[in-house]
Amino acid sequence: MLEKLKTRAREMNERLRGSQLAESILRPGSPFKKGYSDSPRNRSYVVMNNVLYHLHPVKVKRHGVRLSYTLCLGGLSFFLFILLTITGIFLMFYYTPTGELAYSDTAALSTSVAFGSLTRNMHRWGAHFMVLTVFLHMSRVFYHGAYKPPREFNWVVGVILLLLTLLLSFSGYLLPWDQLALWAVTVGTNMAGFVPVMGDQVKFLLLAGVEVSAATLLRFYVLHVLFFPFVIVIFMAVHFWRVRKDGGISGPL
Amino acid sequence: MAEIPESLLRRSAEAKAKALGLPVEQVLAEMKGEAPPTPPPAPEPEPASAADPEAEEPTVPEEVVAAEEPESIEAGSETVVSPPEGGSTAEEGSTAEGGEGAVPAPEPEKEMVAVAAGEAPAASLPEAPAPEAPSAPNPPDASGNGSGNGSGNGRKAALVATRPVVPAAGTPEGVRTQRLLTVVKARAIQQVKTEPTDKVNTWPHLMLAEFSALLAVTGVLVILSIILQAPLLDPANFNATPNPSKAPWYFLGLQELLSYFDPQIAGVTVPTIVGLLGFMAIPYVDRNPSTKPSDRKFAIMLYTLFMAGSATLTIFGVLFRGRGFNFAYPWQDGVFFDDIKDWVHFE
Repeated sequence: MLEKLKTRAREMNERLRGSQLAESILRPGSPFKKGYSDSPRNRSYVVMNNVLYHLHPVKVKRHGVRLSYTLCLGGLSFFLFILLTITGIFLMFYYTPTGELAYSDTAALSTSVAFGSLTRNMHRWGAHFMVLTVFLHMSRVFYHGAYKPPREFNWVVGVILLLLTLLLSFSGYLLPWDQLALWAVTVGTNMAGFVPVMGDQVKFLLLAGVEVSAATLLRFYVLHVLFFPFVIVIFMAVHFWRVRKDGGISGPL
Repeated sequence: MAEIPESLLRRSAEAKAKALGLPVEQVLAEMKGEAPPTPPPAPEPEPASAADPEAEEPTVPEEVVAAEEPESIEAGSETVVSPPEGGSTAEEGSTAEGGEGAVPAPEPEKEMVAVAAGEAPAASLPEAPAPEAPSAPNPPDASGNGSGNGSGNGRKAALVATRPVVPAAGTPEGVRTQRLLTVVKARAIQQVKTEPTDKVNTWPHLMLAEFSALLAVTGVLVILSIILQAPLLDPANFNATPNPSKAPWYFLGLQELLSYFDPQIAGVTVPTIVGLLGFMAIPYVDRNPSTKPSDRKFAIMLYTLFMAGSATLTIFGVLFRGRGFNFAYPWQDGVFFDDIKDWVHFE
């Protein structure tokens, strides 16, 4: 009886994987495709024919695969960005960027939204993680001398990405609209007022007023969920593309 | 040609040892130039007389090297193109490799490939064959000696035409002789831009590492988020300034600086000039081409000092600043940093 079921299941599996639907979805070289075999050609196809894996070249330098070389820091920064995007979208469903509702919506996440507390915590700690991994990634690149020709420009793009990461984190800091958020942002934006010549104008632009207010909340919200992610994605695309174009990972030392 | 990595040399030596039936260590030592080349097992023909038919196949051991380990050997420009059995993979593969300059425009012919990939005929031929020499014998050990010496560049490579010529008097019937057509510099025909590198397939080697790291971080983050509640204080109140007010931790180093220096310096000059423009300018200021840590002690020292300084300022700002942003011991006065207030306790 059990044997019969097993055989039936195997047959079903074969038929499904060989069906026109599966054939049309899976590109050549997919490990789920019928008749997949582990060959050098298929190993290349796995990467080449998948929209996500396509970020990578088919082959990488052997030393670059060692965990001790990169510590995966660049990849983890990108992954954390994706994680923050996913949790952030979830949070957006429950959050209203107005002076009256922002705080109570944030508080309600912990009390009346399923998985709201977990998602908010992941978003917050993940953001701290990302600032850390980006910093550490920069240090790793520096200590390997990986910014040297032909990779100078990609280092510049990387510094811009660090700045954007900080701005993303900082703009999100205000959104809970509690005392911590309000005064941390007040302290942070006060520094912007010291910009020579046009300090007050910069501060006014950032705060949508002379001091932090409900208008600032809306401004930071739009910056946080639309503007900075939009810009950082563009710079990330350039960054990843240049990694490939500049000859892949640097080294070995 | 740059220094050939030890692992590549060993692989090549293994292939050659297999082909010639010699011990690997001996071949390896030969390739490194530590031991005199061993004469091949076959009896060497007299160079003056016409070469024997075997001389036509000097590239065989090279092919063995390239074909045997498709995953790891990428010698010169040729094997970059395709995995060995990948018929249609070839064109997509070269684009996927990001092929700038990896593949020279004209597809080289077989003899020329030998020059590029293994510098086989180049290294073994006499330094500058006299043009009037009637024939340039290509002894059977040609491929062997050349494969590891790594000195093909700059030497002269001779293209030897293998078509039969009228046999000289005394040449036995049926033996093909060879005639020197021209002598060209190895660089002149083919520019080898890529150096031999040891590569592995992204799938599964890199993907495995990446997915593991990704899962590990997700796990840590989920567990951390279950244990630690993100801070949420009282609702924002413009009339109640907390004492002290602190910026997010990554700006606390700057806030710390602000308590020492004029805001024009600590709030503007340091973050924008040093922090932003200075960091962007690093590759253009640091002209030292070496990536070896021992060659760049000054750069490493400078960076480490900067980072250690920032870390010190940040930690100081987070833990050692109390009311009015005055100095405080966290174990006496408590932690004045709301992000971690709930989970850092000094008893």
